[in-house]
Amino acid sequence: MAASLAMIFFSMILVNNYVLVQFLGICPFLGVSKKLDSAFGMSCAVIFVMALATAATWPIYTYILEPQGLAYLQTIVFILVIAVLVQLVEIIMKKYMPPLYKALGVYLPLITTNCAVLGVTISVIDEGYNFVESLVCAVGAGFGFMLAMVLFAGVRKRLEDAKPPKCFEGLPITLVSASVVSLSFMGFGGIIENIFGA
Amino acid sequence: MSGKLKILTNGLLKENPSLRLVLGTCPTLAVTTLAVNGLGMGLAATFVLICSNIAISALRKIIPDKVRLPAYITVIATFVTVLQMLVKAYLPSLDSALGIFLPLIVVNCIILGRAEMFASKHGILDSALDGLGMGLGFTLTLMVMGSIRELLGAGTLFGVQIMPASVDPMTVFITPPGGFFVFGCLMALVIWIETKTNNRIPRKMGCEGCPAKGACAGGCESGAQAAEGGEA
Repeated sequence: MAASLAMIFFSMILVNNYVLVQFLGICPFLGVSKKLDSAFGMSCAVIFVMALATAATWPIYTYILEPQGLAYLQTIVFILVIAVLVQLVEIIMKKYMPPLYKALGVYLPLITTNCAVLGVTISVIDEGYNFVESLVCAVGAGFGFMLAMVLFAGVRKRLEDAKPPKCFEGLPITLVSASVVSLSFMGFGGIIENIFGA
Repeated sequence: MSGKLKILTNGLLKENPSLRLVLGTCPTLAVTTLAVNGLGMGLAATFVLICSNIAISALRKIIPDKVRLPAYITVIATFVTVLQMLVKAYLPSLDSALGIFLPLIVVNCIILGRAEMFASKHGILDSALDGLGMGLGFTLTLMVMGSIRELLGAGTLFGVQIMPASVDPMTVFITPPGGFFVFGCLMALVIWIETKTNNRIPRKMGCEGCPAKGACAGGCESGAQAAEGGEA
């Protein structure tokens, strides 16, 4: 049990990294990774929202939509639940936890329409995970997002001093360096089976 | 009539959603391993874009300003659900190729962006044309990306062998790093052409480039500022 959970967790971070391998959440990855601080803060908020969203949508799907034969409403229900949830968390945080709100709250509106959050809630259903596995998967995906963001913030810091050809300045060179970071993650392929596989 | 034509062609080149407005980056990178997948994804997004633009334009006087974003998302999600059912029923191979990116059309910023920037301010016909133009622009980019990656990575184009068998396919191009690389180079090429023809536009990423930033109650704006000034 513990081994299979650890397998899900680490494969979400290294092998199936949401940003670098599955291309989910590219917008914040390219937009907010300029500075290490903001990359870290944003990632914390993403981990929190991913876990919360999965904890909310998994029971809704399993105990309401599926038994009633309403599985086709998955997309529309999930996006609305996530949007409402993020709003609610923002309001509660603002009122009762001002320091936490200051640190994480500013990123919350950015996350509502982040495809990584909707992506993780749908993919845990597709994978047929149980509740605990789904939560572990969501948190793992969040940590994978954080790893990619923090690593890439460092790469971009170095990139600021670089002098690429004129037409590559800005976004194109950022994408090409993301390609190199992504290439390094290809090296993790198979590592999970070797460590946890029996 | 030329005005209508202008709306239609706007999305193809001048405001190409992927390469000039930098919207919908995730599907652009993820599904373009084969040219045919790019085409399928593009047409799927076009369908949702046209339908949601028409519906939102028709409802634009009814939807209250304050809750317009949730209303738009509901409309878009409805059409995505319709699309999912159609694709599952008639194109099961496309369904398995696009996988999770089919339901994720809901959060594709191109669609929400056009709802906010265009459909909420224009008539039904104009909005439909705008949706068609933007959708075709998106499809075009995806197809070009898919063709380059399929040709270099697998030696084929739309499944037909193009490269001579003596040339080994460079598999890296159909892997995720290849996606980032080809998109970066394609964008550099577009910027190079823009510089030559003197109409370069700044590329915005994240919140400042988000077309719906005006709609998220200012929280987005302050979020971006805090994110930018986080270090200070």
